[in-house]
Amino acid sequence: MSGPSTYVPKSALGRWFESRLPIMGLIHSSFVSYPTPKNLNYFWTFGGILSLMLGVQIITGIVLVMHYTPHVDHAFASVEQIMRDVNWGWFLRYTHANGASMFFIAVYIHMLRGLYYGSYKAPREVLWILGVIIYLLMMATGFMGYVLPWGQMSFWGATVITNLFSAIPLIGESITTWLWGGYSVDNPTLNRFFSLHYLLPFMIAGVVILHVWALHVVGQNNPTGVEVKNVERDTLPFTPYATTKDGFAMSVFLIFFAWFIFYVPNFLGHPDNYVEANPLVTPAHIVPEWYYLPFYAILRAVPDKLGGVIAMFSAILVLVFLPWLDTSRVRSANYRPVYKMFFWAFVVACIGLGYLGAQPPEGIYVIASRLLAVYYFGFFLVVMPLLGLFETPKPLPASIADSVLGKGAHASQASAQG
Amino acid sequence: MSTASSVEPTRRDFLFIATGATAAVGAASIAWPLISQMNPDASTLALASTEVDIGALAVGSILTVKWRGKPVFVRHRTKKEIDEAQAVQVATLPDPQTDASRVKKPEWLVVIGVCTHLGCVPLGHQGEYDGWFCPCHGSVYDTSGRIRQGPAPRNLDVPAYEFVSDTKLKIG
Repeated sequence: MSGPSTYVPKSALGRWFESRLPIMGLIHSSFVSYPTPKNLNYFWTFGGILSLMLGVQIITGIVLVMHYTPHVDHAFASVEQIMRDVNWGWFLRYTHANGASMFFIAVYIHMLRGLYYGSYKAPREVLWILGVIIYLLMMATGFMGYVLPWGQMSFWGATVITNLFSAIPLIGESITTWLWGGYSVDNPTLNRFFSLHYLLPFMIAGVVILHVWALHVVGQNNPTGVEVKNVERDTLPFTPYATTKDGFAMSVFLIFFAWFIFYVPNFLGHPDNYVEANPLVTPAHIVPEWYYLPFYAILRAVPDKLGGVIAMFSAILVLVFLPWLDTSRVRSANYRPVYKMFFWAFVVACIGLGYLGAQPPEGIYVIASRLLAVYYFGFFLVVMPLLGLFETPKPLPASIADSVLGKGAHASQASAQG
Repeated sequence: MSTASSVEPTRRDFLFIATGATAAVGAASIAWPLISQMNPDASTLALASTEVDIGALAVGSILTVKWRGKPVFVRHRTKKEIDEAQAVQVATLPDPQTDASRVKKPEWLVVIGVCTHLGCVPLGHQGEYDGWFCPCHGSVYDTSGRIRQGPAPRNLDVPAYEFVSDTKLKIG
């Protein structure tokens, strides 16, 4: 979609530099003249919001490290010192801790946007898979970050998650010992988690560059799922149109974020993590951070150790195969009346699994988890492949411009897009 | 490379393969220390054994001792608990073991206090069999530390231990 750069430097110095390193032209063609579909709605602003959150986390993280001590004897106290003594320490830590939650809220909206509008379908498979890789890196980063304060939830969360690997036949115990650097979660574990927690955000930044690159090769999807046919009629330049819209959405998101930081900073946390880690006592009720709860519910829904671990990892990995599981020729759920119902049922199932992941693993909660886990996998492995074959989609608009100008419904005769 | 030159290997072929092989061995030999550094070092492996005084441990109570960074439960079992542990039909258990094979003296049960599911510390005197109950994912152990219900795959592990005297226990 993006042609050769039309960027012409205005100054002599600019021309001199551009002929030696054409970075200004790259920025111009990527974020200024880049054509965006003119019908994008606010769900398309979450990519920008996610970039903002990555920046917030890296900046607050770098300054928190200036005050944090990665040692089992000092980690908990150093976090308390950040909260009580360090100038603005409370603000920096609450921003970082709540920032992780905001990051996940934004990424879940971003992912569900893709799922609803079929943004993973050809030719955007690589773009989607890069997104899944970013999500996996985010989960690893978030998990390791939660261990660093060395509270009870930190310790027991780390114990449970690293023990997942002990389910692997034959080599599982050796892998777990290798991850720990000992016979239990201890100082070597804390140190390596700290090291990796610092590294992974920069790896995320690298994959984000690939993600944006892939996006700019194939072009953005849009609410109709109809490809851009005429750049003049169907698109607007990224700046000022998308830039302004993204900026406004970021501002609204930051207000939401600020409400958590300043009014309910511990709402998404867990009180047990203000108790220092104790390897001899497991808290009566341990739960992971909210953003892992649906997967945790799937883990516990299976009454077998290895089976539960496989189910949990499969729940994430199935996303990689999504572009080939969906057989529909139509991208957007706006034109797929049956898929739309299954989609919203899927959203409800995910929220339900999230609720169940926080409940004790007994009785009705386990049964409900099993039902919803079956729907979770059924949605990807049964509904997606079959629905594309049996569903009759609504007629698509002839072009993005037609849909914007209200000529969508009668302008075409079911010219379904691949 | 043309088919003609593959009939008779040339000196260039030899150098090509030798270079590739050297690079592969070099990469592996550099990866080894990078991976191995994460395993426990000799000082961790050499962690000494722990001696515990069990003379004051009342019948029916459980002592938790830290050994290799993990809790070890020393349970002074009551007559009822011993009878329950021995009366079980071994064949019906998920991980069949007799009680006799898990203890050295019937009144003393020594197990590593780490749930074999995902590593939480189970709570004593709880659960349907009055053995242990893991609060994390609901595994239930009996008075011999054997798994009876829930997701854990194995019985609680029995560490190496010996009775130094009637009141002294050496773990490890």
